[in-house]
Amino acid sequence: MLNYISRRLLLLLIVVLGVTIMIFALMNLAPGDPAEMIAMARYGWENLTVEEVEHIRISEGLDAPVWIQYMHWLAYALKGDFGCSLVTGDPVLQEIIVRAPATLMLALASLIVSLLIAIPAGIISAAKQNSLIDYLARTGALLGASMPNFWMALLLILLFSVILGWLPVFGYGDLRHIILPAVTLGTGLAAVSTRLIRSSMLEVLEQDYITTARAKGLQEGNIISRHAFKNAFIPVITVIGLQLGHLLEGTVIVESIFGWPGLGKLLVDSIFARDYALIQACVLLVAVFFVLINLLVDILYVYLDPRIRYEKKG
Amino acid sequence: MALLSIRNLTTIFNCEEGQLKACSNVSLDINPGQTLGLIGETGCGKSVLGMSVLRLLPGNAVTNGQIIYNNQDLLSLAEKEICKVRGSEIGFLPQSPATSLNPVLSIGEQLMEGLQLHRGIVKEKARIIAQDILRSLGLKDSARTSAEYPHQLSGGMKQRVLAAISISGQPSLLIADEPTKGLDAVNRIQVVDLLRQLSRKTGASLLLITHDLKVAAALCDEIAVMYSGEIVEKGPAEQVLNNPLHPYTQGLVASLPERGLYPIPGHSPALLDDIPGCRFYSRCPVGNEKCKCQPVTNREVDGVHVRCMYVDQSGGAQQRIYGRGFQSEAV
Amino acid sequence: MSILKNKLTLIGMIIIMLLLCAAIFAPVLAPHNPNTQCLSQALKGPCLDYPCGTDEFGRCIFSRIIYGARVSLEIGIAVTAVSAVIGVVLGMAAGYYGRAVDEIIMRIVDIFLAFPGLILALVVAGLLGPGIGNVMLALALVGWMGYARVVRGTVLTEKEKEYIETARSLGANDLYIMFRHLLPNVIAPVIILASVGIGYAILAAAGLSFLGLGAQPPTAVWGSMLSDGKTYLQTAPHLTIFPGLAILVTVLAFNFLGDGLRDLLDPRLKDKAWNRG
Repeated sequence: MLNYISRRLLLLLIVVLGVTIMIFALMNLAPGDPAEMIAMARYGWENLTVEEVEHIRISEGLDAPVWIQYMHWLAYALKGDFGCSLVTGDPVLQEIIVRAPATLMLALASLIVSLLIAIPAGIISAAKQNSLIDYLARTGALLGASMPNFWMALLLILLFSVILGWLPVFGYGDLRHIILPAVTLGTGLAAVSTRLIRSSMLEVLEQDYITTARAKGLQEGNIISRHAFKNAFIPVITVIGLQLGHLLEGTVIVESIFGWPGLGKLLVDSIFARDYALIQACVLLVAVFFVLINLLVDILYVYLDPRIRYEKKG
Repeated sequence: MALLSIRNLTTIFNCEEGQLKACSNVSLDINPGQTLGLIGETGCGKSVLGMSVLRLLPGNAVTNGQIIYNNQDLLSLAEKEICKVRGSEIGFLPQSPATSLNPVLSIGEQLMEGLQLHRGIVKEKARIIAQDILRSLGLKDSARTSAEYPHQLSGGMKQRVLAAISISGQPSLLIADEPTKGLDAVNRIQVVDLLRQLSRKTGASLLLITHDLKVAAALCDEIAVMYSGEIVEKGPAEQVLNNPLHPYTQGLVASLPERGLYPIPGHSPALLDDIPGCRFYSRCPVGNEKCKCQPVTNREVDGVHVRCMYVDQSGGAQQRIYGRGFQSEAV
Repeated sequence: MSILKNKLTLIGMIIIMLLLCAAIFAPVLAPHNPNTQCLSQALKGPCLDYPCGTDEFGRCIFSRIIYGARVSLEIGIAVTAVSAVIGVVLGMAAGYYGRAVDEIIMRIVDIFLAFPGLILALVVAGLLGPGIGNVMLALALVGWMGYARVVRGTVLTEKEKEYIETARSLGANDLYIMFRHLLPNVIAPVIILASVGIGYAILAAAGLSFLGLGAQPPTAVWGSMLSDGKTYLQTAPHLTIFPGLAILVTVLAFNFLGDGLRDLLDPRLKDKAWNRG
């Protein structure tokens, strides 16, 4: 187990290094002069002077060779100093810490929405195969998986904000503001989870031990909740964990649409502003988060399945 | 009064390839305290018959006929009602112990479930009773076994646990589906002893579904022989095995290693095929045109029911087609 | 159930055919020039002249959707083709040569899988700058891993089989075996992945163009049309509805095709519970 964890952490390290090196490389491959871009972001287009650009070039260390720049960044990063935003001048770490809770809240809310939809839908459609609910669930899942989430967001806004006027579009503060973004992301996740839960449940319901349970005289509801559920869920948990990765991807677009002040929006904004320090830090955070979640899910899987937890005896 | 009375049971599976007739017009009676053996080769429909009694078949199976238990037709009961019968009135010992236990629940939990459900026993008491049952079935370290999970047990132990589960509701009839399948000689003896013990102790009737003639001989009072979905011979065990009337039964007996290992040529017809005459005709050494085309009638000879046109009404001139008779040996 | 499935696959194929026609024959099929502005007709709802209405510059949305099909299909097919090629080559090498090569390649796969693909694509495309080529590069970069894994798996099972040994004993060299014998066996799962992959690539590309990457104005691209439309959501929702519908229908069609191909090419999977219906 420990061996496994250390391997995963090593992977995390390689990923972080790999991605950040790649960003540094792109920074220099990309059209445009980094120093110029920073100057533009800071001072605006009209007032640009060559001296200011050069000044920025030296002060930000952009005159050194790329690999030295990377080493600098790495050295500081290891100390926890991710530099300052090239646009606002505020420390990057601070910016991230301020925005992180919003994204976490959105992620959690979306996960809850998706499970609230997917678990009942998946279980019922498996238990009552080929019924109306099964058909609706499968159609919904297919549509949800093929629909762009930004379109879903706009449609929801159209219905609930513009036409019905029930919910606000922008804003961050109370429950009403989180509903639309969470539903947007949640339904996207639910589309995939429903199918998985359904198929996992179907496979379990065909097993011999379910026949044994029936032969005991247990009623269908009991069979599903006590016997089938746990077996069906163990493989599903791993996938739901992986879904959090997709959730991250989703927040990037959805936060931009709803003006949700989270890390996703921060990432997008910083990419367009060529705010490298911020980009690096965000990317690092995403990598860490993603790997850690996968690791946690794997550990959870081991914990839940007695076949793995208890070694086979004689 | 028979404990269980099966009348004209027909079970059909609706599949993509068509309609599969697994059981065709089966009629059987099991009396209280009696052990009835249902023997036949793999795929003849005997397991399906056993599962049909408790309606344990998958959704694409359609069962017609009557299954009378306690003056009720089990096939006409609502789902809730049949659940009350399962486990407490009629128990089921499933095949393949390896896959018949839930891998994520402990042995104790699975055993206690039956006790709590049918006998309304509280959890603590159920735990004790469960361990008692395990011990009585030969699992000595019952406390530890109770806490373990199925994958930690050997095949033989799993078999006993399943047996324990099947009797936990104190049923009057136990249906044992191929209890010795895939077991070696030692385990086979143990299972036979186990079943004998169970039926004697509880006085329950036993419907023993098996392809093993020796096991059937050791345990059964009556034997019904099944071929391609139909009962072809039915009568007291001694008579059916020592003086088999139906050509198929004779062939089964002759195919035993001790009797010379004479195989029956050919294979049984696909259950999809609808055959107007005798389903055994294609492999029968004595069949004629009448057997091929006309529906077969049931005859009774000396208390044994046979489904064969070849059997003489007087019952005398039954030629020995294969080898010699079967002597009941110690299993 | 299988009959319905076949119908869906058929519908999917028809839609894809229509899209291809739209893409190839756009100049003929589109009622108006997609870039012609006609400010007097701006923000008009669907009518006879303009089947999907007009946008804020008076451009015909229907025509822009038809021309947009070109871009979408181009990106979808190109990205999938490149990802598939990379994936097949690496997967083949990993499966065939095994040991060190396998280890290295699979570690690289793990590294790429350890980071959310769309975000990586966003960063790459964003930093490289606007343009379809950059989006294609970015998406291809994050799409090859599935193919590599599947190909590697198939190669591992196939290479133990006798016909490979026979070929080797007859003097065939590695490359020959890989292309002549192993490749045909590997094609089926790759095609299944690819058909769903095109749909996903189109979806991802739409997302990136929604954010402002990829083809630049005035080129008609479904994603950016949606983005432009969101300002007018209240007054002219048709700007948002129709391009989004186009994306949905396209991706659905490829999903149907992929499902159907899976049933056709890999009958073993047909009976698995999770693939029923």
